[in-house]
Amino acid sequence: MVVLRHELRQEKKVLAIWTAVIAFMLGLCILIYPEMKSQMSEISGMFADMGSFSAAFGMDRINFGEFSGYFSVECGNILGLGGAFFAALCGISSLVKEEKEGTAEFLLSHPVSRRKIIGEKLLAVLLQIVILNAAVVGVTALSVAVIGETPDTKAFALLFLAYLMLQIETAAICFGLSAFIGREGIGIGLGLAALFYFMNIIANLTEEARFLKYITPFGYTEGADIIADGRIEGKYLAVGLVLMAAGIIAAFYRYGKKDIV
Amino acid sequence: MNAIQTESLTKYYGKSRGIIDVNLTVPEGDFFGFIGPNGAGKSTTIRTLLGFISPTKGKAEIFGKDIRSKKVEILSRVGYMPSEAAFYHNMKVREVIRYSAALRGIDCDQEAKRLCSRLELDTEKKISELSLGNRKKVSIVCALQHEPTLCILDEPTSGLDPLMQREFYTILEEFNEKGTTIFLSSHVLSEVQRHCKHAAVIRDGQILVSDSIDNLGQSHTKRVALRGIDTLPQLEGVRNLEQNGDAVNFLYGGRLDELLKTLSGLPLTDVNITEPDLEEIFIHYYSKEEER
Repeated sequence: MVVLRHELRQEKKVLAIWTAVIAFMLGLCILIYPEMKSQMSEISGMFADMGSFSAAFGMDRINFGEFSGYFSVECGNILGLGGAFFAALCGISSLVKEEKEGTAEFLLSHPVSRRKIIGEKLLAVLLQIVILNAAVVGVTALSVAVIGETPDTKAFALLFLAYLMLQIETAAICFGLSAFIGREGIGIGLGLAALFYFMNIIANLTEEARFLKYITPFGYTEGADIIADGRIEGKYLAVGLVLMAAGIIAAFYRYGKKDIV
Repeated sequence: MNAIQTESLTKYYGKSRGIIDVNLTVPEGDFFGFIGPNGAGKSTTIRTLLGFISPTKGKAEIFGKDIRSKKVEILSRVGYMPSEAAFYHNMKVREVIRYSAALRGIDCDQEAKRLCSRLELDTEKKISELSLGNRKKVSIVCALQHEPTLCILDEPTSGLDPLMQREFYTILEEFNEKGTTIFLSSHVLSEVQRHCKHAAVIRDGQILVSDSIDNLGQSHTKRVALRGIDTLPQLEGVRNLEQNGDAVNFLYGGRLDELLKTLSGLPLTDVNITEPDLEEIFIHYYSKEEER
């Protein structure tokens, strides 16, 4: 596990910054809720009545006046988007950065098979995502306790689980993609995360674009559905799991014989 | 057993040429120089040997083991120094050297310390603070600390100052005496001539010649420098003729008695007939190639 340890040590600063920013923002959103709550009853109706704008963010189906409704939208924006960007960056750069910084030759000249390197790097990416989410859950629990709300634990757990899956899926797809691209391709990861996010918004807007929910992992993290239905949409998640597996298999297959020049 | 043996090793990058039908034999214990200009295919050959890139055709063995199927096993016995020494810039020298040892799963603190002190390398510095020469030194330590049985060095001395170059070659010679095979690429012919036992010349992806340094130097060609005349009479076997005032310089590959017969009739003030150095032979191989 030498490569894994090295990866975590290398990325600890980046991980700390992303974790701190996401946890801080989410914590802040929770802490200001009591103040928002008094005005929420009026705002809630307004939010729900903004037509397609409300639909785009799933705000037409939830009660903004309730903590869980408020949280699911904020969480979707902060942990959903922030986490997806972090995961995409982690996934896409893990292998490519070695080529970009010219360290691939150093690494590959050691008696460690590529398969082992890929495996340990993938594990490092997953661990970083888990650490980030654990910290975010911790800060959320703390903040919720501070404001004295008692949310539906099961729904919240599902929400966090959905976001964890979203990040793992995004990271896995980017990880696979990174085996195909050259050293300048890191931007593709962020682009893909943004694309996924907007796909879901478009899917929320019109019935004809609803199929996009199958492609984007944001399809199964819709807070409105999870809170209302008390479950993660299985068909969207299933496609997500397939894409995740495809990314991982592609990485092993392609990077295993990629020419490192 | 041969340390390195390749058979028709060929690599194309898409349509562009890397190396074509490279046949190399480097016996165990050799000190082998791999000479060629930039872009000739030296690094491509080395990268193929180490498994960074896969050959398009042909095969290669290191210590009799196939480079593709036994890669990890081979790499555990090999020390490699890339031409561009790049490391994780936020790490300290000491950490990089440790990481390299950890990737090999062995403890080589002792040897690393010895090498660092001989190369005057400050292990507490960060990689990002190092000059090219100092990064090269880190590379040397990583390539040698595990006492490999084969060293593959890609242009190892570029960026090292002359004193360090000398120390580096002293270290290599010590390793070589203990049985380590040294395979190094270079475009500096004088260092290959000075340190290597055998050498191969590569150009445009193809091996032009592979022989002992002695044999390469002892082609029948002589370097002839004359003073006192401004034109040379017609003579078979003259190449690279240069005339400068009352001096005439050329490479001579014909019969010696013919040369002496011609020279004896000339009003010469000075005569020098020497073995050409490797550089001239190198250029000679190149020009032959161009004539074809």
